[in-house]
Amino acid sequence: MGIGFVQVAITLIIIMLLVKPVGSYLVKVFQQEKTGLDRVFGPVERLLYRLMGVRENETMGWKMYAGAVLLSNFVMMLLLYLVLRLQGHLPLNPDGVSNMGAAQAFNTATSFITNTNWQSYSGENGLSYLSQLLAVTFPMFTSAATGFAVAVAFIRGLVGRQDNLGNFYVDMVRGITRVFLPLSFIVALFLVFQGIPQTFQGAVDVTTLEGAKQTITRGLVASLESVKHLGTNGGGWFGTNAAHPFENPTPLSNVVHIVCMMLLPTALVYAFGLMVRNKKQGWAVFGAMGLIFVVMLTIAFVSEYKGVTALDTAGLHGNMEGKEVRFGEAQSALFTTVTTAATTGSVNNMHESLTPMGGFVPLAEMMLNNVFGGKGVGLLNGLLYLILTVFICGLMVGRTPEFLGKKIEGKEVKLAAIALLIHPLIILAPTALALSTPAAIASISNGGTHGISEVLYAFTSGSANNGSAFAGLNANTDFYNVGIGLVMLFGRYISIIAMLAIAGSLAVKRIVPVTTGTLRTNTPLFTGILIMIILVIGALTFFPALALGPIAEQLGMPK
Amino acid sequence: MKTIFTAIRASVVLMLLCGLLYPLVTTGVAGTLFPKQAKGSLIEVNGAYVGSELIAQDFTSRKLFHPRVSNAKYDPTASAGSNVNVTSPDYVNGMLEKIDALKQENPNLKDIPADLVTVSGSGFDPDLSPEAAKAQVPRISKETGISEQQLNDLVDDHTQSRQLGVFGEPRVNVTEINMSLMKQVSP
Repeated sequence: MGIGFVQVAITLIIIMLLVKPVGSYLVKVFQQEKTGLDRVFGPVERLLYRLMGVRENETMGWKMYAGAVLLSNFVMMLLLYLVLRLQGHLPLNPDGVSNMGAAQAFNTATSFITNTNWQSYSGENGLSYLSQLLAVTFPMFTSAATGFAVAVAFIRGLVGRQDNLGNFYVDMVRGITRVFLPLSFIVALFLVFQGIPQTFQGAVDVTTLEGAKQTITRGLVASLESVKHLGTNGGGWFGTNAAHPFENPTPLSNVVHIVCMMLLPTALVYAFGLMVRNKKQGWAVFGAMGLIFVVMLTIAFVSEYKGVTALDTAGLHGNMEGKEVRFGEAQSALFTTVTTAATTGSVNNMHESLTPMGGFVPLAEMMLNNVFGGKGVGLLNGLLYLILTVFICGLMVGRTPEFLGKKIEGKEVKLAAIALLIHPLIILAPTALALSTPAAIASISNGGTHGISEVLYAFTSGSANNGSAFAGLNANTDFYNVGIGLVMLFGRYISIIAMLAIAGSLAVKRIVPVTTGTLRTNTPLFTGILIMIILVIGALTFFPALALGPIAEQLGMPK
Repeated sequence: MKTIFTAIRASVVLMLLCGLLYPLVTTGVAGTLFPKQAKGSLIEVNGAYVGSELIAQDFTSRKLFHPRVSNAKYDPTASAGSNVNVTSPDYVNGMLEKIDALKQENPNLKDIPADLVTVSGSGFDPDLSPEAAKAQVPRISKETGISEQQLNDLVDDHTQSRQLGVFGEPRVNVTEINMSLMKQVSP
């Protein structure tokens, strides 16, 4: 366990060292500050704007911004759907995959446009290479950039003087040209160096050393893997995702995956502090998220090293079921905690076979949905809780709540409540529905409390736009394809619209001068209250469901 | 109306940029810099491919090292973990039986190497822990007549240490160690 701890510590230190430089760079990108890189990226961006018919200087109010988000995402989703439905007839299909069915194509298109990357198919036999490029790799860029854009627009609303949130298309393009494309390219090359394939050639048939036939599937895996983690997407080329040696061949590729997942969500919190000209505010939010993350990581780490009590007694230590030798318990527990904190959803071990408390961690993080979180939306969820905390503290001390000089009033709190409540609603209601529908129950592979966890995990993953799974559940049925598809859409867009509406409403408010009576929101005390509010609301909402799943299972563990 | 056209044009332009141009350029550069890895780290023997360094293949001969159990039957066209519930009585009892069987084959075994009895995540875990490889030495020695000492040395020779000294776990690539072993025995 000792060397495992060292590995985890080093990885976290690397992430922390990158927060400031990357955060500062993000501010330059989205505040459109002049940099030396303009000479490289400027012409490319101007060309893209011309091709798209975007006027760079046009600004958008919150309604127009939200409209552009929805419209562009809808068009892209339609394109993905068409590619998947027609993949059998389209080129770049070396392994001869056939067209995808309607329900599954809806689920998959929804999944990738919402940055969820839930997969009810297995890539090596369910998608053509063209689909992997146009229906998976492409939306990995745009969904991540969309999340970023919305977060930046929200921050502009917080500090702005008028309902001007910027230009969605400009934000998305700059996110892609200046962050995602160059980083993805460099990381992809490193991943190929470590052993990830990158080839247009289809599967290769070999005769093994014992004379058996083996068909080794390949593809343009590295270019997908890099953006999959940089954009906290999570969908794998292969069914077993980052546990597959072709997606994650070495411990070093594993560390790079982990750092890529955490890189932008953590840096964005710092960038937020810079953009609101209140670095302490950024660190206050960072502290709350970081503390919850460390607690969760510790639970997962210890649980997986301890394994199942009855087997530990018999001389089998740790839980290696569904894990890979090159990662062991440490790199697996870290990956699990990070992928559900940053709502990526890739897995390097099978979450279904985690110990009960090891499985509790990803579930709980997706339920809280704000431990750093996915591209942009994680920060938004964190700020949502922050607004709520300001409101509750304001009520307690009997003052009009303010945040960064803007009064938080009835309208904002109502919108925040909608954004906040939609998450548990679309997790718990469909879970209850599934557990009372025979066709949905038939998909469960493991009985008892673990079966409840399977279904609960699926809808939590969908609503949190995470995409990881207790993969024993057979999710390729009409019920789950359509059900989880809808949950992913609601989980993504309702909170985005509500947050942009809050931004529009805050933007036009006058700034109230700071007085001695102002509630300071950037102190350690406030961070503490924020954590309490997050945990209390999370626990009140989800404890009963968790008690039926992982907690009951932990209590009943064979001794 | 104009907004709809902008959305459509933006989607198509970005689709071509991120979905085609980027992977195309990456493939070109990666294939030039790392041609072997880009094609899947294939192992070539006498001009024919016999597998990939990174993908486990099945070994059933009792004279060779056996890889971890694969829920995909070592077939890369359908990767799969076991997705079992590790606290279910069925699983625990099955494991206890496997542990007993191992101890009968190898009475000196005190701690059971966890990777030897559990199913890998991907179905293609190419590695064993050195302990799991050495746990198979008594069987291989009995079947081949090679001394246990020599086999243990072979495992040590094929043990890759942690990357950069800290990351991951020590491991033995099963296909590679078997290729060495097959120079001395025919399965």
